[in-house]
Amino acid sequence: MASEPGAVRATEAGEAAQGGRWVGRPIRRVEDRRHLTGTAAFVDDIARPGLLHAAFVRAPYAAAEITALDVAAAREVPGVRSVLTRDDLGDDVAPLIPLLNRPEFVAVELPLLAGDRVRHVGEPVVLVVAESPHAAEDGAERVRVEYEERGAVASIEAALAGDAPLVHDEAEGNVLLDVAFADHPELDRAMDEAAFVLEAEIDSGRLAALPLEGRGCLAEWDPREERMTLWTSTQVPHVVRTTVAGLLRLPEHRMRVIAPDVGGGFGQKCVVAREEALLCVAARAAGAPVKWIEDRQENLAAGFQGHEQHFGVRAAFDGEGRVQAIDADILCDVGAYSTHPFTCGVEPLMAATEMLGPYAIERYRARTRAVATNKAPMAPYRGVSRPQMVLVMERLLDKAARRLGLDPVEIHHRNFIPRDGFPWTGPTGLVIDEGSYHDSIARCAEALDLPGFRERQRAARADGRLLGMGFSVFAERTGYGSGAFSQRKMAVTPGFEQALARMDPSGGVTISVGTAGHGQGHLTTLAQVAADELGVDPDRIEIRQGDTDATPYGWGTFASRSMVVGGGAVKRAGAALAGRLRELTAHLLEASPDDLELRDGRVVVRGSPEQGMAFEDIARVAYLEVQSLPAGQPPGLEVQEAFDPPGTFSNACHGAEVEVDPETGGVRIERYVVVEDCGVMINPLIVEGQVRGGVAQGIAAALYERLAFSEEGQLQTGSLMDYLVPTAEEIPAIEIHHLETPSRHSETGAKGMGEGGTMGAPACVVNAVTDAVAHLGIEIDHIPITPEDLVVALRTADRTEEKSPA
Amino acid sequence: MSDEQLIAVTVNGRRHEVAVEPRRTLADVLRHDLGYTGTHLGCEHGICGACTVLVDGRPTRSCLVFGVQADDAEVETVEGLAGSDGELNPLQEAFSEHHGLQCGFCTPGFLMLATAYLRENPDPSEEEVREAVASNICRCTGYQGIVEAVRAAAPGAGGSGAAGTSRNGAGT
Repeated sequence: MASEPGAVRATEAGEAAQGGRWVGRPIRRVEDRRHLTGTAAFVDDIARPGLLHAAFVRAPYAAAEITALDVAAAREVPGVRSVLTRDDLGDDVAPLIPLLNRPEFVAVELPLLAGDRVRHVGEPVVLVVAESPHAAEDGAERVRVEYEERGAVASIEAALAGDAPLVHDEAEGNVLLDVAFADHPELDRAMDEAAFVLEAEIDSGRLAALPLEGRGCLAEWDPREERMTLWTSTQVPHVVRTTVAGLLRLPEHRMRVIAPDVGGGFGQKCVVAREEALLCVAARAAGAPVKWIEDRQENLAAGFQGHEQHFGVRAAFDGEGRVQAIDADILCDVGAYSTHPFTCGVEPLMAATEMLGPYAIERYRARTRAVATNKAPMAPYRGVSRPQMVLVMERLLDKAARRLGLDPVEIHHRNFIPRDGFPWTGPTGLVIDEGSYHDSIARCAEALDLPGFRERQRAARADGRLLGMGFSVFAERTGYGSGAFSQRKMAVTPGFEQALARMDPSGGVTISVGTAGHGQGHLTTLAQVAADELGVDPDRIEIRQGDTDATPYGWGTFASRSMVVGGGAVKRAGAALAGRLRELTAHLLEASPDDLELRDGRVVVRGSPEQGMAFEDIARVAYLEVQSLPAGQPPGLEVQEAFDPPGTFSNACHGAEVEVDPETGGVRIERYVVVEDCGVMINPLIVEGQVRGGVAQGIAAALYERLAFSEEGQLQTGSLMDYLVPTAEEIPAIEIHHLETPSRHSETGAKGMGEGGTMGAPACVVNAVTDAVAHLGIEIDHIPITPEDLVVALRTADRTEEKSPA
Repeated sequence: MSDEQLIAVTVNGRRHEVAVEPRRTLADVLRHDLGYTGTHLGCEHGICGACTVLVDGRPTRSCLVFGVQADDAEVETVEGLAGSDGELNPLQEAFSEHHGLQCGFCTPGFLMLATAYLRENPDPSEEEVREAVASNICRCTGYQGIVEAVRAAAPGAGGSGAAGTSRNGAGT
C-alpha cells in the first residue's frame, strides 16, 4: 500500500508491464505431441544392439554384517554374463564420499556396492548382468548372501537413544550434522517477557518422491572412441557426468551423459545414483551396453526418500499475537548415507535457514541436526524442508490465533514483513525480496468467503458435521545462484546456468542450455523467452537440453531454478544473438544497429519494416558468404551467455475448506484455493499445472502418503497397495488466483514456482482439519493425518467431554 | 528357449506373429518384442495404470496380462490414436489444450483408459470422469487437466478437444 515510486508492485496477472509478445501467453506445449503419440523416448525405450540387462541383489536387512557371499551359482544361470561384487570394483573405481565443508559435518562413504556391512533395506550388494532382464533376475536369485543382523535404528527417537546402535562407527550418537543458528542475545528475555509462549512438537512422515518413471539408466562403452555414454533418467546430466567420470577415473571429455525424456523426478533424480556409476563399470567391463530399469518395489525401498522431520519449537507471543521470538530444535531423518552433491545437510540447513518465512521475526535460535537411521538415504524431494517449516510456522500462528480469539487472516497481517519492509534481512542473513503476502491472504480469504463459512460451520456443527477452514502463507525461495549455494558449503557449488544460442545457415535458431526439464515444459517456455528477444515465433526456436555433448555446462533442473536461472541465460543469449544480427545487418544495409529491430524473422529498419533482411539471408552471409562480413567479424552466428542470480522469493497463500467424517475419520477437501505470485508468468498454463501438481503432492503428504518402517527397519509400504498415492478422487479441483510482483533479481521478472504447491498444502490442510475439530480440544501437529488418528482423537475427545462437561 | 510359444496379436490393426516366453507380460511383448514403446510401466503390479492398453476394446493393465493371453486378440495402444497423417485425435488435442500432461509418462495409460471410457460414456459429468480416471495415477498434474480434457473430448460435449480454453482464470 505504501509503495514508493518505482517500487515493485503486485499487479493482477496480465497487466504486467514486462510481458512481451510471447512471454505471458498460455500457449500449448511443444513437448505434448511426443507424449500423446507414444513417440517419446524414455530410458527404457532406448534400444542398442547387443544390449545387456542388469539386476541388483539388495539387502533384505536394515543393519547387518555380510558374513559370506557366493556368486558361483549365479554365474551358471543361462544368459548371465557377469556378476559384480564390491571386491570386483577394486581400485578401478574411486569411493563416493559426499562432502560438506563444515566442521560439524561427518563425512561417510556412500558405497556403490555394500562391503562387509549393509545399512538399509534395499542397499545394493551385487550386480548381475545378463542377456535378458529375466535372466538377470534369475541370476540375482541365485546369489547367496549370508547376513548377521545387527541392531537397527529406524526412527529419529531410536537413533538418538543413549544406547542406540551406530549406523556409522564414525558418527557418534548417529548425528551426521549438528549446526547452531542465529542465537539472538535477547531470545531468552523475549521468552521470559512474552504474553504467552507456545510449545509444540511437530512431525512429518517419510515420503517417496515417486516419479511415475522410476530411476533407470543405460551405459555403453564405445571401444572405438574409448568413450562412455550414459543415458539416464536424471535431472542433472552434467553433475552425473562430473561425478561418474570422476569415480571411473575417466577424463570428462570421454564421457557423455544424456537425459532422454524423463518421467518426473521431484528431486529423486537430482542426486547421483549408485546405480548410474555401477552401470558404467559393468558396461566397460562387458564391452557391451547394459541397462537397468528400477521397478516400483526397488524404487520404494531403495530410491531416495525425504521429508521425515521433527521440530520442537517454542514461540513467544505478545498479547496481540505478534511473534516475539522462536527457538527451534530441528531433527531430520536423513537415512543411512549422505547423497551427492547435496549431502545430508540439505534438509537440516534449509530448515534452519528459511524457517521464519515471510514473518518479521528477529529473535531466533535454532539447532538443526541430520540424524542417521537404517533407512534409504534422503535426497531433496519437492519442497525440501519448506513443507515442514511452513507447517510449523502456520501451526504456531493458528494456535496463537485460536488462543487469542483472532481471525486467522488477522494474525497473519500482524506478523508479516511490513509492506514497506522489503528487502527484508532475517536473522539468518536471508534476504527476502518483494512479495504480495498481505494481498495474497486477503484475496484467498475473500475467495473462500471466510465469514460466510463461519456461519455454515456453526450450523453444520449443530447437525454433528465437522467443517474446517485453514490457510497457509509462505515465501518460496527459488532460483538461487552460486552465492546462495556457497553458503551451504557443499564440496561443489551449483548455481549458474549457461545458454548457447546459434543461428544456423538456414536461419534456424537452436538454444542449448544446461537445465534439464522433465515435465516442466522448458522446450516451450524457454523458447517463449527467446522468441521475444529474437522477434520470431517460438516454434522457430529449438531448445536443447539434457545432453552433455550438446549443451554448455550447467546444473540441471531442481530447486525451482530453471526459469529464473536457465531462463535468464536464455534471455541473455537471445539478446546477444539479436545484437549480432543487428550489427551484421547494419553493415550489410549500411545502417546504424540502433535503428534496426527484429520482427517476424527479419532485421528491419525501425519504422519502415519493408527495409530489412530475412534471418536466412543474414545467416547465409555469416556462414556461406563470409567475404561480405565486416573486417574482424568472426564467421558464424553463435553466442554464449551465463546467468547467476542471487535468488528470489515467490509467495502464495493456500486456503482450504474440509469436512471431517466423525465416523470414519476421513477428510474430504471441499474447496482448495491458491493465490500465487511468482512474478512475471512466462506461460500461465504451465504455472497453473505446476501449482496443481504441487498441491496434489502436498495433499498427499498431509493425508495419504508415508513410508512406514518396522522397528527393525523393514519397509512396510513396499508397494502402491500400501503407499497411498492419491488419485483424481482424492485431489480436488484447485482454484488459482494470480498476483504478479516481478522480481528485480531475474532477467525475465519471473520467480521460480515449481515447489510452492507442495510447500503450502500440508500446513493448509492441517490447519483446516484442526479447525474442524479444535472445538473438541483436538490439535493436530503431524502429517500425514490418517483416518485412524482422527477417529482415535475424536473418541478420546468424546470421553473427555463426557467426564468433564465444560 | 524351447518353451517359447508362437502367438498372433493384432496391434492397432496390424497383425504380428511373435514367439514369446509364457512368463513374458503383454507389456513386455508390446514394448520390447514389437517396439510399441508408447506403453509405459509405472509399477508392474497393477496399481498405476500407466501400462493400460485396450484388449478387444477393454482397458487392460498390460503388466498384469501375459503376452500369450493376447493370442488372437486385438490390441490398441497409444501409437494408434493419431490419424494416419499424424493428426492428433480430439482426445489427444484436449490433453494438450487442457495441460493434462507434464512429464508424459502416465499419459498413454490415461489416453487409452479415456478412449475406452468415452466410447461407452459419451457425455459424462465431471464427477463421473473423476471416478473413471481415478483408476490411474498421475504424479505431475494434480489430475485437473486430465479431467477437463476427458470431458472436453467427450462426443456429448462436442467431442472437440480444441473446444474451450484450459485457462479459466480464477475459476475451476
